[in-house]
Amino acid sequence: MKFVYLDNNATTPIHEDVIDSMNEALAFYGNASSMHAFGRDAAFKIEEARLAVADLIGAPSGSIVFTSGASEANNTVFNIFREQIDLGSKRNRIVTTAIEHPSIIEMVAYLRGRGYKIDLCPVDNTGRVRLDALKELLAEDVALVSVMFGNNEIGTIQPIKEIVEMAHSVGAYVHSDATQAIGKVEVSMRELGLDYLSLSAHKFYGPKGIGVLAVAKGVPYAPYIHGGHQEAGRRAGTYNTVAIIGMGAAAKIAKRDQKDEERRLWKMREMLRKGIVEKIPNVVINGNQEHCLPGTLDVSFPHAEGESILLYLDLEGIQVSTGSACASGSLEPSYVLLSSGVDIELAHGSIRFSFGRYNTEDDVAYVLEKLPPIIKRLREMSAL
Amino acid sequence: MSNFMAQWVYSPAVKDHFMNPRNTWDEKENFVPDGVGDVGSLACGDQMRVMIQVENDRIKAIRWLTYGCASAIASTSMLSEMAIGLTLEDAYHLAPEAITEALGGLPEHKFHCSVLGDKGLRAAIDDYLEKNGLPNPYRHTIAKIVCECHNITDVQIENLVKTKQATTLEELQEITKYGSTCGKCKADIAGLFDELKHIYNV
Ligand SMILES: Cc1ncc(COP(=O)(O)O)c(C=O)c1O
Ligand code: FES
Repeated sequence: MKFVYLDNNATTPIHEDVIDSMNEALAFYGNASSMHAFGRDAAFKIEEARLAVADLIGAPSGSIVFTSGASEANNTVFNIFREQIDLGSKRNRIVTTAIEHPSIIEMVAYLRGRGYKIDLCPVDNTGRVRLDALKELLAEDVALVSVMFGNNEIGTIQPIKEIVEMAHSVGAYVHSDATQAIGKVEVSMRELGLDYLSLSAHKFYGPKGIGVLAVAKGVPYAPYIHGGHQEAGRRAGTYNTVAIIGMGAAAKIAKRDQKDEERRLWKMREMLRKGIVEKIPNVVINGNQEHCLPGTLDVSFPHAEGESILLYLDLEGIQVSTGSACASGSLEPSYVLLSSGVDIELAHGSIRFSFGRYNTEDDVAYVLEKLPPIIKRLREMSAL
Repeated sequence: MSNFMAQWVYSPAVKDHFMNPRNTWDEKENFVPDGVGDVGSLACGDQMRVMIQVENDRIKAIRWLTYGCASAIASTSMLSEMAIGLTLEDAYHLAPEAITEALGGLPEHKFHCSVLGDKGLRAAIDDYLEKNGLPNPYRHTIAKIVCECHNITDVQIENLVKTKQATTLEELQEITKYGSTCGKCKADIAGLFDELKHIYNV
């Protein structure tokens, strides 16, 4: 059976060079915080990885704080400002969007439940932040603006540079969850003027359970995990040497291949988009076609339900994901699409195809062969 | 690439019915139904139509259409097989639990996907009886008291929802006075009300 993995936004396979680096790293068992030779060896390797990640995102190596992933990095940023507010800061409002990853959405719900003031800046029907609305929301009482770089579901890329300028002009700090953008498009903290940035290694062919919160110089910080003095007291816990070394190796590859990958991914994505539009009547391409992560294609198929499409594709060896979730006792439409003002029915039948470095144009052809009959069949079975 | 040690997400029976749904409606067949039941709503992401042919008080044939997830498709397919040949009375009482069991189980959060089919079947039987001017003795028999203090049944509530007499919990409370004595039924009735609103798309 042929397998076509088109769920690279969920996670990516580990690059073979990264696997090699991690196999070697298993031997560096010394605790990187120890002063003896074994400890120093591990620490040396970790610093190498830190440099590689810093280089990838255009930031000084001192800005890199290793975390367990992007969820922790995102939570940490919100916690920094929660603490500022607790300590009586006059800036006591946070602005973010309704289409962030759940590691921010749920944090927002949690903080709101405890009385913190958080505003969600509306997005347009392509998922782009409405800068006019952002302008209205910005004032001297805003502490933090957090807007993701590229959306994991529909791929929409945000005007981060403009957002940074607007937020800085009222004295607010800016965070961007760049998890989905790393390795696919150029991301430079320095050039964008970002204060905080989150990323996660498993989205760019590195291991799972390791990520980074990059923190610009001189901006507020508070540790989320208290304990040892690792990361200059910014994040406690014995270094996950193997994973960090793996992430370093992945970062070098991501930096080296980014331009080529961007072109290749976009080419496959466009082939698939054109093929779908040509072969299947009545489809809606979601997101922004101009500002889009190169490997992400999100499509709604009216009259065909998302989970059913996903599972029929799975039976053909094609792995994708759906923005809607049939879980928790009710069928939930995609919150990202709903927040973008997309019709509820379309939000129930959306499928995300996300390409990665191991996909080929043959994969696109295979999907274009298998998908149309599935949609046709589901539509015939539909009560609508 | 992988040896896929893990089983498919659902049971083998669900997979079978999902891959080869039985008794789905096909335009080319010219199926003339004696009763039709429409339940569910688009906003909730699932919608169902069940069509039946009746002969000698038994389900002779059944066809269905659904906009729904894999569990909804498999449950309705299984239901359609189980219902054929049943008396209207037995068909009316086909419980979602029996369908789930025949499917080898569904994950808990998917159970609700399987209740739409049997509601659809009941609606189709109601429709058949009504169209033919026949009494509907079943609707009453499945009634279950949900508020003991006020002697209110689920069927009463279902009718109030269906006929849009009660579109909010407050209205339902006004009409039935449920929950105003001991109050122990409040949570259950609120849950039932939500489910019914979903089923009848109000
Ligand atoms: C945009 C975005 N942010 C955060 C995360 C969470 O990353 P992690 O799995 O490393 O916690 C993901 C991936 O699931 C993501 O796509
Ligand atoms: S059972 Fe309903 S008020 Fe007591």
